[in-house]
Amino acid sequence: MSDARSTILSRIAAAHGRPPEADAPEEVSRRLRERPMGPQLHWQDSDRERFLARLHAASATVDRVADLGDAAAALEDYLNRERLEDPAVLAPHPLLHELPLPGALRRALSGDDRTAVTVAFAGVAETGSLALLSGSDTPTAYNFLPEHLVCVLEAKRIVANLEDLWARIRAERGTLPRTVNLVTGPSRTADVEQTIQLGAHGPRRLHVLLLEGEA
Amino acid sequence: MKSTAHQFVANARAALADEQLKVALDHAGTGFVDKRRAALAELPEFESLRQAAREIKDHTLAQLDHYLLRFERQVQSAGGQVHWARDSEEAQQIVVRLCREAGAARVAKGKSMVGEEIGINPALEQAGFDVIETDLGEYIIQLADEPPSHIIAPAVHKNRAQIAALFREHHSRYGPERPLDTIPELVDEARQVLRQQFLDADVGITGANFLIADSGSAIIVTNEGNGDLSATLPRSHIVLAGIDKIVPTLEDATVLLRLLARSATGQPFTAYTTVFTGPKRAEDSAGPAQFHVVLVDNGRSEMLAGPFREMLRCIRCGACLNHCPVYGAVGGHAYGWVYPGPMGAVLTPLMLGEGQADDLPNASTLCGRCEQVCPMSIPLPQLLREHRHRQHLRKAEPARARWAIAVWAQLAKRPRLYRKVMGLGTALLARIARGRGRLRSVPLAGAWTASRDLPAPQGPTFLQQWAARRDTDKERP
Repeated sequence: MSDARSTILSRIAAAHGRPPEADAPEEVSRRLRERPMGPQLHWQDSDRERFLARLHAASATVDRVADLGDAAAALEDYLNRERLEDPAVLAPHPLLHELPLPGALRRALSGDDRTAVTVAFAGVAETGSLALLSGSDTPTAYNFLPEHLVCVLEAKRIVANLEDLWARIRAERGTLPRTVNLVTGPSRTADVEQTIQLGAHGPRRLHVLLLEGEA
Repeated sequence: MKSTAHQFVANARAALADEQLKVALDHAGTGFVDKRRAALAELPEFESLRQAAREIKDHTLAQLDHYLLRFERQVQSAGGQVHWARDSEEAQQIVVRLCREAGAARVAKGKSMVGEEIGINPALEQAGFDVIETDLGEYIIQLADEPPSHIIAPAVHKNRAQIAALFREHHSRYGPERPLDTIPELVDEARQVLRQQFLDADVGITGANFLIADSGSAIIVTNEGNGDLSATLPRSHIVLAGIDKIVPTLEDATVLLRLLARSATGQPFTAYTTVFTGPKRAEDSAGPAQFHVVLVDNGRSEMLAGPFREMLRCIRCGACLNHCPVYGAVGGHAYGWVYPGPMGAVLTPLMLGEGQADDLPNASTLCGRCEQVCPMSIPLPQLLREHRHRQHLRKAEPARARWAIAVWAQLAKRPRLYRKVMGLGTALLARIARGRGRLRSVPLAGAWTASRDLPAPQGPTFLQQWAARRDTDKERP
């Protein structure tokens, strides 16, 4: 195995006419240290409006709610609207502990649960994505197993672009978790006759509860 | 996978005669082209992103060994392992060993072009593992026992009825009476079948769109969510990636992400873009205990040394396929191996070796549309010409072509004779056409005129006209 490693590395070095296992030049360490940013996208609207517009374009739906009480009511409405008789399963996130929803289940998610509720680390205005980080309070399986994924996002956690998201993760978490899922709308496929069909393997619906709070 | 790239001419002929294929290709081709155009119309930053993307890749390739080493260190410090494979065989052995060590019986696969390249499915099946493709397109062609015909839409050549027939054959447990006529019915049935496969799998294998040197992460971009389920539910996650997938930082990957989906499907961003870093952490309830990255060379380090280096910028978006008139006519299978279209015509001869795919670089009009749409500014026509040049140097073209070029070269070196012969030739063709404006057949060019008419020359040659015009210009005061 290490043979393959040294062969590949020396072939690469030879292609550049330098000896194998040379020290990395300063430009490499500088790039890793400074992480220069490329061209970014620009938009006229506020970040929040851009986020909502992109979310909508990606076939996600949204309820804007003032507080957790409103969020619980909106969730109840959603379940009724979608005729989901089984209660939703809530991720063990502190924010959801306070969600006044007596019927909700607070247990590990199983493959048969149709509706799951989780909490986003951030929203990205550029793409309309929810950034969902793996961790004890927001397990990754919630993002993919249910048919209906309901995601709570605090409006103050909308960042402008992807670079802002990376910076925020580094600032708040230090290192990257096992997974950072950027979820942009429900699961979809166009593998049958190039026709978009929602709900391929992951959620058929993505519903966002945008918690406006005092921000 | 066994290649039929050496028999491109026969493959193409069969493809051109396939009416169903023609309908599928026409439909897909215009869809992809229109969607990309619409996405770029909303992206005034396209040219500056493209320039930045090129610089990122050129910089990374120039320091590739250093970034790979950094990547390896970071994967290890996140608790994962990196494995190096010089070629397909070595890569297969590594993956088979990792699956054995994981005590696996079932393997769920996310879509991976490098997986196709190294033939990982047959290798795993031969070693006794159950392998199931989970991307819907890949699953369909796995049932059909066919290779992908497009790098981002593997089953683009199949229509709804063909897919329904495959499902009826392979999912007989659902009974013959069930309706399978609509796209939702087909997608739902696949969802049901594959969901169980995810839950049962011991190992998940995915590709990677980007590897991040700075953090030791793999980025995977999908729409279905199958890559994420493959990477999350099984107890071991194996990432297969070419060494060219590396970029220094998440910020660099961000530039490429802004181009990738727009160039591929015309989406501003796919439904799922995931950054995976190491195995699951102590606090995670789900996620694999093992995280492996297999770095595959398979000819890439050699490409780095020569004129094909620019091909290593490729991010596998498929825009060059979608805009290629040849791909649009013959489809992906005619190319005979894993990578079709312009990018395939450059890569296949390099990966399969001299003489194994000589027709591919010649199956191009060099119209240049591929280079125009390539988000990474890869000079595909120039690379195709480089292949042709190499074939010429090792005398690999057909004798007739060599002979014709030799005669033409002799003429071209003698301008006066050249003009005379051309003048005679055009006059002769005009005469044969007898004022009809076109020729149904031309001696020695039967293959060319078999499917189209040759427009007949309408007057004197360009040089004759040029000379005449210069003379009249001189006479003017």
